[in-house]
Amino acid sequence: MSAISDAAAAPAGSRDMVSVRAVHKVFGHGHDAVHVLKGVDLDVARGEVTVILGPSGSGKSTLLRCINELEEITGGSVVVGGDLMGYREDAKGVLHRLHPKVVAKQRSRIGMVFQRFHLFPHMTALENIMEAPVQVRGLSKKAARQRAQELIERVGLSDRVDHYPAQLSGGQQQRVAIARALAMDPELMLFDEPTSALDPELVGEVLSVMQDLARSGMTMIVVTHEIGFAREVADHVVFMDDGVIVESGPPSKVLDDPQEQRTRDFLAHVL
Amino acid sequence: MTTQTPASGSDPVPNRIHARPVPRPGRLVAAVVVLILAAMAANALITNENFRWDVVWLYLRDIVVIRGVMWTLVLTFASMAIAVVLAVVLAMMRRSDNPVMRWVSWVYIWFFRGTPIYTQLIFWGLIAVLYPRLSLGIPFGPEFFSFRTDDVITAFWAALLGLALNEAAYLAEIVRAGLTSVDPGQTEAAKALGMKDGKIMRRVVLPQAMRVIVPPTGNETISMLKTTSLVVAVPFTLELTYATSAIGNRNFLPIPLLVIAALWYLLITSILMVGQHYLEQYYGRGFGTTTRRRGRGKGPAGGRQAAIAAAGTVQEDVNKDVTP
Ligand SMILES: Nc1ncnc2c1ncn2[C@@H]1O[C@H](COP(=O)(O)OP(=O)(O)OP(=O)(O)O)[C@@H](O)[C@H]1O
Ligand SMILES: [Mg+2]
Repeated sequence: MSAISDAAAAPAGSRDMVSVRAVHKVFGHGHDAVHVLKGVDLDVARGEVTVILGPSGSGKSTLLRCINELEEITGGSVVVGGDLMGYREDAKGVLHRLHPKVVAKQRSRIGMVFQRFHLFPHMTALENIMEAPVQVRGLSKKAARQRAQELIERVGLSDRVDHYPAQLSGGQQQRVAIARALAMDPELMLFDEPTSALDPELVGEVLSVMQDLARSGMTMIVVTHEIGFAREVADHVVFMDDGVIVESGPPSKVLDDPQEQRTRDFLAHVL
Repeated sequence: MTTQTPASGSDPVPNRIHARPVPRPGRLVAAVVVLILAAMAANALITNENFRWDVVWLYLRDIVVIRGVMWTLVLTFASMAIAVVLAVVLAMMRRSDNPVMRWVSWVYIWFFRGTPIYTQLIFWGLIAVLYPRLSLGIPFGPEFFSFRTDDVITAFWAALLGLALNEAAYLAEIVRAGLTSVDPGQTEAAKALGMKDGKIMRRVVLPQAMRVIVPPTGNETISMLKTTSLVVAVPFTLELTYATSAIGNRNFLPIPLLVIAALWYLLITSILMVGQHYLEQYYGRGFGTTTRRRGRGKGPAGGRQAAIAAAGTVQEDVNKDVTP
């Protein structure tokens, strides 16, 4: 099923940062099997922002986690920046699972921001941001510290470098988490409901950091219920339900003139 | 019944309550009963000639006894150190993707927890009888080199190995509980950053798991102190219990020498308890969430631990399957 009509019009795959093809995800085996993703196609062009909407349990988080290999997909393929994620295809077309070290390397090019931040509580804000560049990239502490300072300034928290996560508000923690992901210079950023765990008055500060990031040309896939953000920042809006993409297109189309009944029902609830 | 004082200048609460406390006569009664019992016990201890307090005092600082204390301490700390390292390895094996590793770890824990330490110590003492020579080589194939078991596994090493291998099985479960207590979101976030499993364990999971691991390990150390008295089964005969009872038997004065051993164990345990108290405080069971670290540099020792506590990424009431 090819729901992405406008992406399909582009020359196949060339300008795509992310290309998700017929992805299926089944959790468990036998009687306990849960079929969560049922053939998802999604293309995200370099520098574009795609917002994914959908009711709870529709598989939005699972899709994001399949894109950066936190979950192994059951069928289909995920290509990020031209690389097939998680597998190597040999000359005969047989797939070989990649070694965990190689998978880790693939992941390091994709930033992810979680609903519940998941900052490392035993490290200060600055140490959180320095951790991956030092431990994964082998950057010197000095260089990593300098870069971390720049990033923490970019998210507006220069006065909080020595604070532990527990001493920061939710909005501040999420901004540090964004800076931590950016420290690896990702070519793609995934956001899984980055503002859902925040008090309403803290949502704005996180969204504005994300908006700046989008403006700077970052490729982003954002799962969110913030329709205002989708309308203003997204190049594409994708509506998911029950493990499939029901409708997708520019925000003006999907949000203001949805063609599918399920999309209309959902928007009626959210707006 | 309350009385209310008129607002005085210094008190910000104008209508502070001055109520009479609930009467608690039980406390007084309990105090009196306990005092009487304590006096009876003291009397029984002091006036009984059989305790031979003069002998206790004489041998308390005897060189053989002091040496026994030293050996007991060496056995305690050395075996705990070996056991901790082994336990971390076992716990990681237990959580590994590799089914062989999981199985080996399970069997190890099953065996060493399932047999009495005393039996294990006798076994280690007899190892030279079972295998007079130890050799390294291919099973059923050629040997590369070999040596006499007696030369390598002396009574001390047999005692040390016996204690450490047994303790590792218990500690492995403590470590496992600690690793399990850390929010899986921490591992996910580290993975998403591209960190490899080993790094995630060392840099992210273990430092947080320490909060759950360290306090019961302190307990195990105190317990180990007394378990060392069983190494007579090997037989290793220099530690405190054997040293004192040997003197007691030689002089036909077993009771005062037992008292000496008990006093030494009590003293060391008390010191360890103080240490444990500070460890537990450091690992912040009761830390307030508002401890703030201001300015730069290293904050108070508890800062990092308090931050972990406040973040709530470590679940402290995991179902621990620890002490025997
Ligand atoms: N590890 C797992 N094992 C089994 N089922 C799972 C697992 N992870 C997710 N699921 C199931 O997959 C379905 C989709 O979950 P997912 O978290 O992707 O939904 P979502 O669209 O992100 O929902 P929400 O808006 O509530 O976050 C749910 O029914 C969930 O129970
Ligand atoms: Mg979700």
